[in-house]
Amino acid sequence: MKSQQAANRPDNTAFTQQRLPAWQPMLSAHFVIPGFLLIGMAFIGIGVALYITSQNIQVLEKDYTGTGQYTACSECADMQTIPCICNVTFSLTTLFTGPVFLYYGLSNYYQNYRKYQVSRDDVQLWGDVTKSPGDACAPYQYIDNKPIAPCGSIANSMFNDTFSLYQIINGTMKLVPLDGKGIAWWTDYNIKFRNPSAQGSLQDAFNGTMKPVNWSKPAYELNPSDMNDNGFLNQDFLVWMRTAALPDFQKLYRRITSGDYALGLPPGDYVLQIEYNYAVKDFGRKKVVFSNVTWMGGKNEFLGVAYIVVGSLCLVMSVVMLVVYAKYKFADENA
Amino acid sequence: MDFSALRNLISRYCTGEENWVDSRTVYIGQREPPPGTEAYIPQRFPDNRIVSSKYTFWNFVPKNLFEQFRRVANFYFLIIFLVQLIIDTPTSPVTSGLPLFFVITVTAIKQGYEDWLRHKADNAVNQCPVHIIQHGKVVRKQSRKLRVGDIVLVKEDETFPSDLILLSTSRDDGTCFVTTASLDGESSHKTYYAVQDTKSFNTEKEVDMLRATIECEQPQPDLYKFVGRINIYQDRDEPIARPLGSENLLLRGATLKNTEFVYAVAIYTGMESKMALNYQSKSQKRSAVEKSMNAFLVVYLCILISKALINTTLKYVWQADPNRDEPWYNGKTDHERQRHVMIRAFTDFLAFMVLFNYIIPVSMYVTVEMQKFLGSYFITWDDEMFDEELGEGALVNTSDLNEELGQVEYVFTDKTGTLTENNMEFIECCVDGHVYVPHAICNGQILSGSSGIDMIDSSPGPDGKEREELFFRALCLCHTVQVKEEETVDGIKRGIHQGKATSFYISSSPDEVALVEGMKRLGFTYLRLKDNHMEILNREDEVERFELLEVLNFDSVRRRMSVIVRSSSGHLYLFCKGADSSIFPRVISGKVDRVRARVEHNAVEGLRTLCVAYKALSQEEYHNVCQLLDSAKLALQDRDRKLAEAYDLIERDLILLGATAVEDRLQEKAADTIESLHKAGMKVWVLTGDKMETAAATCYASKLFRRSTQILELTTKRTEEQSLHDVLFELGRTVLRQHGSLTHDAFSGLSGEFQDYGLIIDGATLSAVMKPAQDDSSGNYKEIFLEICRNCSAVLCCRMAPLQKAQIVKLIKASKEHPITLAVGDGANDVSMILEAHVGIGIMGKEGRQAARNSDYAIPKFKHLKKMLLVHGHYYYIRIAELVQYFFYKNVCFIFPQFLYQFFCGFSQQPLYDTAYLTLYNISFTSLPILLYSLIEQHVSMDILKRDPSLYRDIAKNCLLRWRIFIYWTFLGLFDSMVFFFGAYFLFDNTTFTSNGQIFGNWTFGTLVFTVLVFTVTLKLALDTHYWTWINHFVVWGSLLFYVVFSLLWGGVIWPFLNYQRMYYVFVQMLSSGPAWLGIGLLVIISLLPDVLKKVLCRALWPTSTERIQNVEKLYQSHLSEFTPLPLLNSSLPDFEAHNINPRRSGHRSKELMYTHWRGTTGYCTFSSTLGPPGIGRTHRLVGLETSV
Repeated sequence: MKSQQAANRPDNTAFTQQRLPAWQPMLSAHFVIPGFLLIGMAFIGIGVALYITSQNIQVLEKDYTGTGQYTACSECADMQTIPCICNVTFSLTTLFTGPVFLYYGLSNYYQNYRKYQVSRDDVQLWGDVTKSPGDACAPYQYIDNKPIAPCGSIANSMFNDTFSLYQIINGTMKLVPLDGKGIAWWTDYNIKFRNPSAQGSLQDAFNGTMKPVNWSKPAYELNPSDMNDNGFLNQDFLVWMRTAALPDFQKLYRRITSGDYALGLPPGDYVLQIEYNYAVKDFGRKKVVFSNVTWMGGKNEFLGVAYIVVGSLCLVMSVVMLVVYAKYKFADENA
Repeated sequence: MDFSALRNLISRYCTGEENWVDSRTVYIGQREPPPGTEAYIPQRFPDNRIVSSKYTFWNFVPKNLFEQFRRVANFYFLIIFLVQLIIDTPTSPVTSGLPLFFVITVTAIKQGYEDWLRHKADNAVNQCPVHIIQHGKVVRKQSRKLRVGDIVLVKEDETFPSDLILLSTSRDDGTCFVTTASLDGESSHKTYYAVQDTKSFNTEKEVDMLRATIECEQPQPDLYKFVGRINIYQDRDEPIARPLGSENLLLRGATLKNTEFVYAVAIYTGMESKMALNYQSKSQKRSAVEKSMNAFLVVYLCILISKALINTTLKYVWQADPNRDEPWYNGKTDHERQRHVMIRAFTDFLAFMVLFNYIIPVSMYVTVEMQKFLGSYFITWDDEMFDEELGEGALVNTSDLNEELGQVEYVFTDKTGTLTENNMEFIECCVDGHVYVPHAICNGQILSGSSGIDMIDSSPGPDGKEREELFFRALCLCHTVQVKEEETVDGIKRGIHQGKATSFYISSSPDEVALVEGMKRLGFTYLRLKDNHMEILNREDEVERFELLEVLNFDSVRRRMSVIVRSSSGHLYLFCKGADSSIFPRVISGKVDRVRARVEHNAVEGLRTLCVAYKALSQEEYHNVCQLLDSAKLALQDRDRKLAEAYDLIERDLILLGATAVEDRLQEKAADTIESLHKAGMKVWVLTGDKMETAAATCYASKLFRRSTQILELTTKRTEEQSLHDVLFELGRTVLRQHGSLTHDAFSGLSGEFQDYGLIIDGATLSAVMKPAQDDSSGNYKEIFLEICRNCSAVLCCRMAPLQKAQIVKLIKASKEHPITLAVGDGANDVSMILEAHVGIGIMGKEGRQAARNSDYAIPKFKHLKKMLLVHGHYYYIRIAELVQYFFYKNVCFIFPQFLYQFFCGFSQQPLYDTAYLTLYNISFTSLPILLYSLIEQHVSMDILKRDPSLYRDIAKNCLLRWRIFIYWTFLGLFDSMVFFFGAYFLFDNTTFTSNGQIFGNWTFGTLVFTVLVFTVTLKLALDTHYWTWINHFVVWGSLLFYVVFSLLWGGVIWPFLNYQRMYYVFVQMLSSGPAWLGIGLLVIISLLPDVLKKVLCRALWPTSTERIQNVEKLYQSHLSEFTPLPLLNSSLPDFEAHNINPRRSGHRSKELMYTHWRGTTGYCTFSSTLGPPGIGRTHRLVGLETSV
C-alpha cells in the first residue's frame, strides 16, 4: 500500500508544482519612463544622423518617356523609327560627388504581378536549356516547338533602352565611361544563374533554343563587348530578373567609377544619349536617375524623419507618463 | 444534454420506475425444459465478447479520416487545400496541406494508439479463461465463448465474466460477498444471495442436474435494478417459481470475495452486460471560452470573405483598362483569354480566399488542444491537492473545461460527504427522553461495558430498563451491516467479543456502522449473522440469538428500514428505524413529544438523527406480513411499487422507542473554503436531501450563513400558513427593497453595512415554484424566485431529490445572465447535477466513485475546490484568454500586410511572403512561445491568489474575452500590420538601401516585413509575460533565433527539388544593409509602443485589483528572495496564512454565537428547551466540531 501511494503521488518538483523560479518584470512607470526617455533620445540622435546623411545625397532625375509634361525624347515616343536615338541634356553647377550611380526607373509597371512573377524557369536559368521550360513560362514557352531560352514573361520584357553619357567640353562630346560590372547580386551572377555548358562557344550551348519574342538579339549576344557578360549571366539581365517589389521602381544601370570621373561628375554640361526601345507610355513612365550613395544607400528621408518623430513621441510620452504617474502616486498616498 | 434523457437517467437512480420493457427466457445449462411446459424457443444472444475499440485494422484509415473531417475546422482546411490543388492559386498547396497533414497525422496516431490499447485490453478480457460446467464437468474456455445460459464456476478473487444469477455458493447460507470497486468504486463487501432452491447444490454434478429457466427483463444499464423469475422443474411437477432481484445478480466486473466459489448462470453477456451498457460516454460540455472563440472565428471568417470580395471587385474595376488587364509585358495564354469572365472572377475570389486563409490558422486548434491537454496535468500533479489518506490526487476527466474553472459564478454543493466528512460518529441516543452518551475515547481506549454509559438523567425505573434494552437490541438488529473478519482460516473467530479490533463492520451506509459501533460502546455488540440468526453479545456477556425473518430494505423514498426477527423466546418483533418525518406519523404510542424535542435539538446542532420504533407481532400478523411480501416480491410487473405498498402496510402502528444522533463532521477547511468562494464573488448553494434543521446548522458551521445573515424561509411550514404566492411576493419585496435603495452591486453581501440574505427552501416548495404555470397569477413564480435567489448570498435547498438538484442547476443556468455553474458532490445522488452544471466536480468520497466518474474533475476533498478554482481556474482562464486573443492578433499582423500588398500588385494575388514563411509562421516561428505562455504564465503568484480570493472577480464574466478587448487586439493587429507594410513601403520607395547601389526585389520586401512581423509578435508576447522562467527565455529567444537560422539556411542553399530559387540569399543580402537593420528596429519599436503606453497608463490610471496586487507583490518578494529553494519557500507559507487570515474563533465560541443568532434574529425557529443541561456529556464534542482551523 505504501509503495502504491508513493507511485500515485505526483512528483514534487518545482515544475510540476508551478513554482519554478522566475523573473517577474512589470511594465511599471519606474522602468518605462526612463526607458522611453532613453529610447527617445537615442532615436532622435540616430534620426538626425540619418537625416543629415540623406540630405547630403545628390539625386538627378530625368524623365524621358516623351509624353506629357516632360518633352525629352518626345520624338521617339511614338515608336515609329527603330532604333530611335534621342538626347537628354543637363548641366551640373557643382560637383556630383562620386561614385555616381546611374539608374533607370519605371513607374506603374507591375513587375510584381503574380502571373508575371512566376513566369520564369529557375532550372533553365541554372544552365539547363535542354529540358523543356516550365509551364509557368507560357505564353513565352515555345516558338515553333522550340523552347525559348530564357523563357517567360520576365525575360521577354527585359528593359532594352541603352544609355551613354557624354560631357560637353568646349563643344566636343567626351564619353563618360560607364561601368556595368557588379550591378547585379554577387550570388546571382556566381551561383544562382549559370550559362548552359557545351563544347565550344556559348552560341553552341544555346543551340536548339529560340530567343525571346521581344528580343532583338539572342541571349548569347547581349553584350558583344564582353564575352563574360552574355547569356544568362548578363548583368542587365540579372538585374531585370530580380523583380521589383512595387509598381514604381528603379534598377541599377551603370556605375561611374573610372577615369576622370572616379571622384564624380564635375560641373559642366552633359548629354545623355538614349537608344529608345522600351514602350511604357501606354501605362506608365520611365526615367533615368543619377545618384550617389552613402553607407545608408540612396536618398531616403523617411528613415531619418521617422526616427526623429518616434524619438520625439517617446520623449513626449515619457513626460505624459511622468505627469500621470505623479498624480497617481499622490492619489495613492492620500488614500 | 436533453432534459428528458437526464430525467430518465435520474429516475433510474431514484424513483424506481419499472423498465420492464421486454423479457428474455434463459435456459440454464442450454437444456430445454421438460416437455409439456412451454415451447422451447431458442433465443439468440450476443457472445461474451467485449468490444470497446472503435476501429479495426481495415477501417481505421477511412473511419478515422471521416471522424476527423467532421470537425468544422479540419473540413475548412481540407477545402482550402483542395481549392489549392484544383485551381491555380498564389500559394502552393504545401502551405496548407503540410500543416493539415501534420495535424491529421498526429491526431490519427494518438487515436490509433489509444485504440490499440483498447484492443489489447479487450483481447485480454475476451481471452481470459472461465470455468464452465458442461456435462457435469468443469471445462476451461475463453471468456468470449461464454454463452447465455452457461453455468459458470467462479472462485474467490476472480472477476465475474458476465452478468450472472447466483445459484449456489460454498457458504452454507447461500450468500457470497462481492466487491464492486471496479464498477462504482465502492470497496465495501456487498452480500448477494443464491436462489433458495438451488443453494444446496455444491458439486458440478448437482448443478448440472438442474432443470430451470430464468425469465428476466432485457438488459438495461442501471446497475442496481434487476427483476426476474426462475422456474425450477422438478420431477415433472409444476415448476417452482422464485423471484429474482438485484440481490441475486452478480455483475460483470465485480469480484468475488470471502467466498470460496460460486456457481452461477450467465444471463447477460458481452456488450449486453450492465457494465458494457454503462460504457456510454457523457455528453460533451463546452466552455464559455470556446464559445467566444467560435464567435471570434465567425468574425474572422467574415473578414476573410469580405477581404476576398473587396479584392476581387477592385481587381475587376482596376482591370477595366486593357493596358492593366494585359499589358504587353505580361501576355496571357490563349486559354486564359478565352475563359469566361465569371469563371475568372470566381477563381480569383477563391485565390484570394486561399491567399488570406491563414488568418484562421490550423495551429490555433492544435495549440488550444495541446494547451488544454498538457495544462490539465498541472491539476493532477498538484501536490497540495494530493490526499494522503486516499493516496490520490485530483483527477481530470475532461480537459476541455480547464478555463471554465476560472469563470464560476454559482457553486452548488452537496452536504453529506462534500461539506461534511461522511465519517459518522455516534454521539448519543435518547430512549423515551433519557439521554445516553457513550464515553468519549479515553486515552485512545474505548471503555468497555456499562462504565461507558454516562447517564444524564437519573436512572430510569425497571420499566425503563426494559425499554432501554429493547432500544439497544433494536439498533443491533435493524441494519444491514456485515462483519468482516480479518482471519478466519484457523476457524477461531477472533472477534469483537474478545475486544480485539481484528474484525470490523462494513456497510454501504456509514450511519449504520456508526450506530452499531455506538451500541458496542453502550454494551450491546453485534457479532454476526449466522444461519439467518443474528447474534448479539449483551451487557452480561451472553450471546442472544435472533432469527432474521425479513429485511425491509432502506430506500430514499420511504427513508426508513425495518427488520422482522424472532427472539429465542419465540416473540416476533418488527424493528423500524428511519428519519423522524417518516417514523413519527406511523407511531401510535411512546413518549413522542420528548423524543421529538430531543431530535429537533440535535438536528439544530447539525447532528443526523434517526428514530427507532418497534412493534410486537403475533404469529398471525407475521403470517399476513409474509404473504404480503411474497406476493409483492414475486410480481414481475411493478414490483417496486408493490413492494413499497406492502412496506407501507407493514410499517405502521409502531411504538416509538427513541432516537439516535450521529455526527457528520465538517470537512477540514470547509468553512474556510466557502468563505473564500464567497469572497471570490461566487454564490454558494447547498443542495441536500437532509432535513432543514440539520442542513441549516451545517450551513452556519461552514460559514455559509453568518451571524448577520437574514434568513428567508420558503418551506412547506410557511406555505401551509400562507399561499405560496403571498410568501414569494413578500420575500421578493423584502429583498428588493433593500437592494433597490442601494447601488446595484451584485456582490454587496460582503461589506458589513449591507443586509445579507440567506434563503432556505425545501424540495416540496421548490417543485411548487417550478411547476408550470396553471393560471396567469402564478406564471412568474420562477422569475420571482430567481430574483430572490439572485439577491441572496447563500441559498440552502433541503429535502431535495436528485432530480430536483439538477432542476435547480438548470434553472440557474437558464436564467437571463446565463451564469457559469459548478456542481460538487460525492454520491450517486449528485450525478445528475454534476452532469447538468457547466463544470461538474466529484469528491472521491465514501459513497462510491459514481460522482467522481461522471464528473469533469474529481478532487479528494472539498477544501481542494479552493485551489482548483482560485488558483488553477484563474491561471487557466488568464492563459487561454491570452492564447486566443494573441492567436487572432498575430494572424491579423500576418495576413493584413498581404492584403495591403494587393493594392500594389494589381490585385494579382501575389503573396508577400515566401511559401516557407507562409507555412511555418504559425507552425514553428510563433507557435512555441505562446504555447509555453499558455502553460506556465502566472500573472500573480499562487499564494496571493489563494490569500486574496477577490482577485477572482477580476476575471469574472469572461471579461478577458469581451468584444471590447477582442476589438482592441484586432485593431492593435491592424495598426501593427500597417506599420510593417507601410514602413517597408517607404523604405523601399524608389531607392536603394545598400551602399553598393544594388537594388532589392519583392522577396526582400516580403522578408523585411516578415522579419519585423516575427520579432514584433514575439516581443509583444514577451511584454505580456509576467513570469519568466528559464524555459520562457529559452523558448522566446530560441524561437527568434530559430527564425534567423532557418532564414539563413533557407536562403543559403540552392534547393535541388524546388523549381524556384527565389529566396536564395535574400535574407543575407537584406541583413548586409544598414538601413534594413535600422528599419527593422524602428518598425518593431513603433509597433510595440502603443501597447506599452496603453498598459502603463491603464495600470497607473485605472488599475484592476490584480494589477494593484502585482505592485504590492514586489514588496512581498523582497521578503522571499526570488530564488529561494523550494522547501524554504514552502515552509514560509504558513506564516503568510497566519498573518492574513484572521485568527479563527474557537469552535466552541462560534457555536454559541450561532445558537444565539438562530434563536434571536430570525425568530422562526424556536425550539422547546432541551431535556437536561446540554453541557456535561457534550463538551468534548463542541470543541471537536469545528475542525477547520
